[in-house]
Amino acid sequence: MRELTYNEAAVEAVAEEMRRDPKIFYMSTDAIPSLLQEFGEQRIRATPIAEAALTGMAIGAAGSGFRPIVDWRQVTFCFVAMDQIVNQAAKIHYMFGGQVTFPILYRAAVGGGGLVAAQHSQSPYSMFMNVAGLKMFLPSTPYDIKGLLKTAIRDNNPVISFESSRLMGRKGPVPEGDYTIPFGVADVKRSGDDVTVVALAWLVHESLAAAEELAKEGISVEIVDPRTLVPLDTATIRESVRKTGRLVIADEAGPTCGFSAEVAAVVTEDAATFARLKAPVKRVCALQVPIPYSPVLENAVFPDRGRIIAGIREVLQGTRSAAAA
Amino acid sequence: MPMSPSPNLPPDKQREMLRQMLTIRRFEERASADYHAGKIYGVVHCYIGEEAVAVGVCTALDRGDRIISTHRGHGHCIAKGADLNRMMAELYGRQTGYCKGKGGSMHIADFGIGMLGANGIVAGGISIITGAGLAAQMEGKGGVAVAFFGDGASNAGPFHECLNIAATWKLPMLYVCENNLYAAQTSAAETHALGDVAARAAGYGIPGIVVDGNDIFAVHQAASRAVERARSGAGPTLIECKTYRWRAHTERKGQPDPRDKAEVEAWKQKDPIALLERQLRDQGDLDDAGLRGIEGDVMAALEAAVAFAEAGPFPLPEQATDDVFAA
Repeated sequence: MRELTYNEAAVEAVAEEMRRDPKIFYMSTDAIPSLLQEFGEQRIRATPIAEAALTGMAIGAAGSGFRPIVDWRQVTFCFVAMDQIVNQAAKIHYMFGGQVTFPILYRAAVGGGGLVAAQHSQSPYSMFMNVAGLKMFLPSTPYDIKGLLKTAIRDNNPVISFESSRLMGRKGPVPEGDYTIPFGVADVKRSGDDVTVVALAWLVHESLAAAEELAKEGISVEIVDPRTLVPLDTATIRESVRKTGRLVIADEAGPTCGFSAEVAAVVTEDAATFARLKAPVKRVCALQVPIPYSPVLENAVFPDRGRIIAGIREVLQGTRSAAAA
Repeated sequence: MPMSPSPNLPPDKQREMLRQMLTIRRFEERASADYHAGKIYGVVHCYIGEEAVAVGVCTALDRGDRIISTHRGHGHCIAKGADLNRMMAELYGRQTGYCKGKGGSMHIADFGIGMLGANGIVAGGISIITGAGLAAQMEGKGGVAVAFFGDGASNAGPFHECLNIAATWKLPMLYVCENNLYAAQTSAAETHALGDVAARAAGYGIPGIVVDGNDIFAVHQAASRAVERARSGAGPTLIECKTYRWRAHTERKGQPDPRDKAEVEAWKQKDPIALLERQLRDQGDLDDAGLRGIEGDVMAALEAAVAFAEAGPFPLPEQATDDVFAA
C-alpha cells in the first residue's frame, strides 16, 4: 500500500471532501497552497488573523447551509475564540431546540516536541471535552486522520480535529480511494494480555515501542487508541481492562482533570471492570507545568517510552491489597 | 421634534410599521408583567423605547435576508416575522416554544425566517451573522445579513474583526448599532473614546451613518440605502441608531438603574410609537378608528399568544438530553 505522511493524509481528506461537496469551504490565516491551487480563493480563504471572527463566522455560514472548515492551525490561537467555541458553537444547536444543524470542522495542531515553549506546545483537549456539544478526535496515524477527518466533514455538528504536531511528517499506509472511520470507535493498535495501555497520538507510537521492548521479557501489552475523544469508546477500554486487569494511561497533556483522569474514571466507576482490576491505575502524563523551551527541560516534562515502561512495570507489580498492607 | 419625511412607502405599509411597533411594545409589557408574576423565569430584557430600530430596519429587508440579535431580542424577532405564540411559549418554558423550552428569553431563534437568534453574549452574534453574510455572498442570490448589537458590543473585539473582514471582502452586511447610551449600567460616555460609534466606520473605509433611532422613517431610509449598497456588491454599512431603553437593563428586581430620572422622562417624550402615530395622523393616513383597530388586532394576537403558551406542556425531564448533537 502507498504511504502518506500524517499531514498529507489530512490534506487529501479535505481535498476529496471538497471535490464531493461544493458547500464546503476553508478559512485559515494562511492558505494551504495545494488546496488553493485546486479550489481557488473563493473556497480556500486566506483570512485576517482574527480567530474570534472566523470561528463565529463558521457558525453563521453553517446555519445558512454551508459546511465550513476553520483551520486554527495551532490550538493556542483558538483561545481568543473561546466565546465562539464554548458559548456559541457548542450550545447553539441545543439552545435553539435543534432547529438547524451546524456542520463545522475546526482543525488545531496540539502537542509538544517542537522546542517552541509554553504557548505553542499545548494539549488542551480535555478543556474542550468538558464542554457539552462538541465532538473531537486526536488521531495517531495517517490512516486514522484521513478517515476521521472525512467523517468529521460529513458530520452535522461542530467537530474539533486535534492533530499531533509531532506526527505531521510521520508516514504510514493510506489506501487509495474513499473510506471513513466512525466516531466513538477505538482501535486496538496491539493485542496483549498482561496490561492495557490507553494512549493518544504520539504516545501510541511510544507505547508500541515500549511494548516491543517488554515483549522481549515475555510481558504482553495491549494498546488501545481511542482516536475519538468525544464520543469516547468506553466499551473497548473497559473490555480491554477486564481482560488484562491492569491499566496505564499515556497522555501528552498534564494529568489534572485531563483525558487520563476521564479514562481512569470510566474504568473504575464500572463495577464489572473495577472488579477485575488487579492493581491501581497508573497515569503517565506530562508534568503539570507550562511547557518549557530548553530541550533538557522539555524532555523532562513529556512522557516517553521510558516512562511508559516504568509505568507498566509499576502496575505489573501492584496489587489490590498494597494500600491496606 | 418632527420626523423625517415619509418614505415612498404606501400608507398600509406605514400602518403595518405602527402595528409591528405596537406589537413589540405590548409583548414586552406583557413579558414584564408575567415575569414579575412568576410565569416567566430567569431574566427578561425589554426592548421598549427602541422599537423603531428593529421595525425600521427589518421593513427594508426581504424574507430571505438574515438577521441576528442580542440579549434584548424580542423586538427583532417580531420585526422579522416570528410567531408570537411560539415566542411566548418559549418565555413560558414550554415544549411548544421556539426552542422547546431550552432557550428562554435570551435565545429565541427562527432560522426559517432568517432570524439567527437572540444571543446572551454581548458581541457574540456579530461574527455569526458575518458568516451568514459570507454565505449570502457565496450563494450569489442578492441576500443580505444584518447584525443588531448595542453600544456595549461596539467596544468588543469581534465588532472590529468583523467590520474589517466584511469591508475587505465586501460582504452584503448591515451593522446596526442600537446606541441606547448604556451598556448594562455603565454609560457610553464613560466607556467610548468617541461620541459616535458610526465614526469607527472610517477606520474600515465603509459608510458610517448616524440616525435618530426613534424616527422610524430615518431608520428605514438609512437601512434601505445600506441594503441597496449591500445587494449591489459594494459592501457593508455601519448604521448607528441613537435611541434609549425605557426600562432598566433587565427586569430583575432590585437591580440598580443609575440613570437620571429626568433623562428617562425626556426620552419618553420622544416615544417612537407616538411619533409615528402623529405622523400618520398628520398625513391623513390614520384616525381614531384606525388606531383602535390596530390596537385591537395587536391585543388579540397577544392574548392568543399567552393562551397558546399557557396551554403548552412543559418539557419532560428526559428531554434535557435531546439535541445535544444533531443526527
